[in-house]
Amino acid sequence: MKDLVAVVMLAGIYGLLSACFFVAMDAVDVAFTEASVGAGISTLLMLVAITMTGRSEQAARHKPALAFVVVVITGGLLIYGTLDMPYFGAVDAPIQVHVAPRYINDSMQEVGVPNIVTSVLASYRGFDTFGEAVVIFTAGIGVLTLLPVLRSRKGDDAVESLNDSMHEQHLIVRIVTKILIPLILLFALYVQFHGDFGPGGGFQAGVIFAAAIILYAMLFGLEVARRVINQTFIQFAAAFGVLLYGSVGLVSLLNGGNFLDYSVLSADPIAGQHLGILLIELGVGCTVTSVMVIIFFHFAGRKEDKQRMKEEEVG
Amino acid sequence: MLTHLPILQVIVPLLAAPLCIFLRRPPLVWLFTLIVSSLAFVISILLLQQVMASGTIVYELGGWDAPWGIEYRIDALNAFLLLIITAISTVVLLAAQTSISKEIPKEKHMLFYTLYLLSLTGMLGIVATGDAFNVFVFLEISSLSAYALIALGKDRRALWASFQYLIMGTIGATFILIGIGLMYQMTGTLNMEDLSTRLPEVAQTRTVFVSFAFVIVGICLKLALFPLHLWLPNAYTYAPSIVTAFFAATATKVAIYLLIRFSFSVFGLSFSFTTLPLQILFMVLGLSGIFVASIAAIYQTNIKTLFAYSSIAQIGYMIVGFSVSTVTGLTATLLHVFNHALMKGALFLALGAVMYRIGSVQLSQFQGLGRQMPLTMAAIVIGGLSLIGVPLTVGFVSKWYLLMALIEQGWWPVAVLIVLGSLLAVVYVWRLVEIAYFKPQLVGKESVKEAPLSFLIPIWILVMANIYFGIDTRLSVQVAQAAAQSLFGVSP
Repeated sequence: MKDLVAVVMLAGIYGLLSACFFVAMDAVDVAFTEASVGAGISTLLMLVAITMTGRSEQAARHKPALAFVVVVITGGLLIYGTLDMPYFGAVDAPIQVHVAPRYINDSMQEVGVPNIVTSVLASYRGFDTFGEAVVIFTAGIGVLTLLPVLRSRKGDDAVESLNDSMHEQHLIVRIVTKILIPLILLFALYVQFHGDFGPGGGFQAGVIFAAAIILYAMLFGLEVARRVINQTFIQFAAAFGVLLYGSVGLVSLLNGGNFLDYSVLSADPIAGQHLGILLIELGVGCTVTSVMVIIFFHFAGRKEDKQRMKEEEVG
Repeated sequence: MLTHLPILQVIVPLLAAPLCIFLRRPPLVWLFTLIVSSLAFVISILLLQQVMASGTIVYELGGWDAPWGIEYRIDALNAFLLLIITAISTVVLLAAQTSISKEIPKEKHMLFYTLYLLSLTGMLGIVATGDAFNVFVFLEISSLSAYALIALGKDRRALWASFQYLIMGTIGATFILIGIGLMYQMTGTLNMEDLSTRLPEVAQTRTVFVSFAFVIVGICLKLALFPLHLWLPNAYTYAPSIVTAFFAATATKVAIYLLIRFSFSVFGLSFSFTTLPLQILFMVLGLSGIFVASIAAIYQTNIKTLFAYSSIAQIGYMIVGFSVSTVTGLTATLLHVFNHALMKGALFLALGAVMYRIGSVQLSQFQGLGRQMPLTMAAIVIGGLSLIGVPLTVGFVSKWYLLMALIEQGWWPVAVLIVLGSLLAVVYVWRLVEIAYFKPQLVGKESVKEAPLSFLIPIWILVMANIYFGIDTRLSVQVAQAAAQSLFGVSP
């Protein structure tokens, strides 16, 4: 397929379908993330990229025969590998009998969080989650480094006039969005703090929060959104999230436990676990939101700069 | 605090990275990064001492015992690599501020150091952890920051090189993840120690076989093992000099570590070398890597590309040592990991100094540099000698052990080929020496001066290390042998 917009749409559909697939497999937390990241934000970022690069793919210069062979071998191996797998949902499968029983039976006493996924993700394997937050932070820093936004030379008047023209064009969408945005933000906060009890947590909440900001930026223009959200501030926020997560670990070190041992954060181990999970989820949410917003602003910012340059060339 | 050293090793640079964002001013950030890296270096020395004195250190993260939680497990092998990575990172950073002042725009300096620290964190995390999935998470941190760092190169081709690396690296990482996933499915655990006890029970299944194949191919992509090396020359050529020096000396070493860890510790020696014809496969790939890459190096006109190809050849030597699969062979590999880090660190830093003074590393630009930059060129010559394997340099030590390992097994033809491969190194190093010392200097380049001290100090620290560890091999050989013996389950 040569039409990149169609490719992006298919990728979005793929994301949505895998989210449904995850729901069917009872992995609601994963489905949540996949729906918001895979189907939502990444589709949008790809579309922004396409507006800069052009809509259709260039003719391939090399023959894809070798790539095809590699793909066939890889696929074949994967299928071959499934032959000896335990059946899906089998009670005696190794994953059900080795590590999992402790998570299922004891996590309520040990961590005190009803959502087992959260207790595994944030406490038992909290260091992996820390690593993932750092991966996201790294991605944000990478985008900041490689796609610097040029200084805007247009004055505020231009923004105002753009605003006015937009106001007439998308009146209904704008008003509906204005009503929706507070609700989206509220929902994000709900997902953030309800992670202990139901599906949700910092990653999902961060993406939803960022989605609200991105929606605002799309409808009201990047300049306006930039006035609401200061660029330096958002970079600080991304760094702050990682630091918050890390400092929870450091405090537990200082309180005599191991790194990320939340039990020592408070006199009562369960209360300590609750506090620790709350704080680290907040850190994750903070970093994810900021990085998503940074990535969007820098992608979209490139586009506006390009447009501006074109206009100047014409004028 | 001493009991927390394993985790501090990783989180000190990790937490320093976001702090860079708050510091903002480049000289300050540089100083801060340097201090943090030195601190990590001190920690790695302490860890190595502790491991050599009292054996493996286990650290349970979050206070959860493995396999439910994640644990850090530091034995001689881990401590050895942690030492190499932090030492190189610290020495390279000494020259960083001077070097990037000419190669990277000023407003990006702060982000450069942030990425540098993240990359360091990633590599340290991969090495320190005892959990297979945790390896993947830190692999992502180190790779993502590596892509961005390489793309920072002045030449626009750096972007393309970085993109190539991104595609290959991502495929490699995905393969490793698939392998780990299949392993988890068959054993129900992600902890390496636990995996090694539970995998033999299911070793005969096709799923485990496939998972092994995926992990090995994924690591070989990261390793740039011939013929999966195509991303490496461009990435090393167009990356900023400091980044090349740092990665050439450390990044592929981390992949070698993963290869050793997965095939020896996780899957176990008998499984790894019987399910796939790994021995003969790696022997052939290693040897062809040595020859193809060395010959390619001879024809390069860009010196950074030349030494990048030489790196691929050196990886070949490490893989040959690995394929012997004896204690001596593995010792040779580990020694070469250490020694190659010293050589390539020195060489690429010296090239960074040339880049700083001349703005290019094309072979033709080196005319007469032997007289204009005597100290820098002398460093390149000694580094080159070490690369060839001349006695009294570290290169000799590791090749000596490699030959011993091969002769022990009676593989004479391979030993002869290894010596022949070293002769190819003579050719490409000589080309550079000839131009630099026996050609008149270029017109209009008379004013080129010796590199500044901020370059000369780190370069000569590494050159001296090349000579010192070539003569006094106690530290490197002792640790490498201890690591190899523990992997084979031989008590020292």
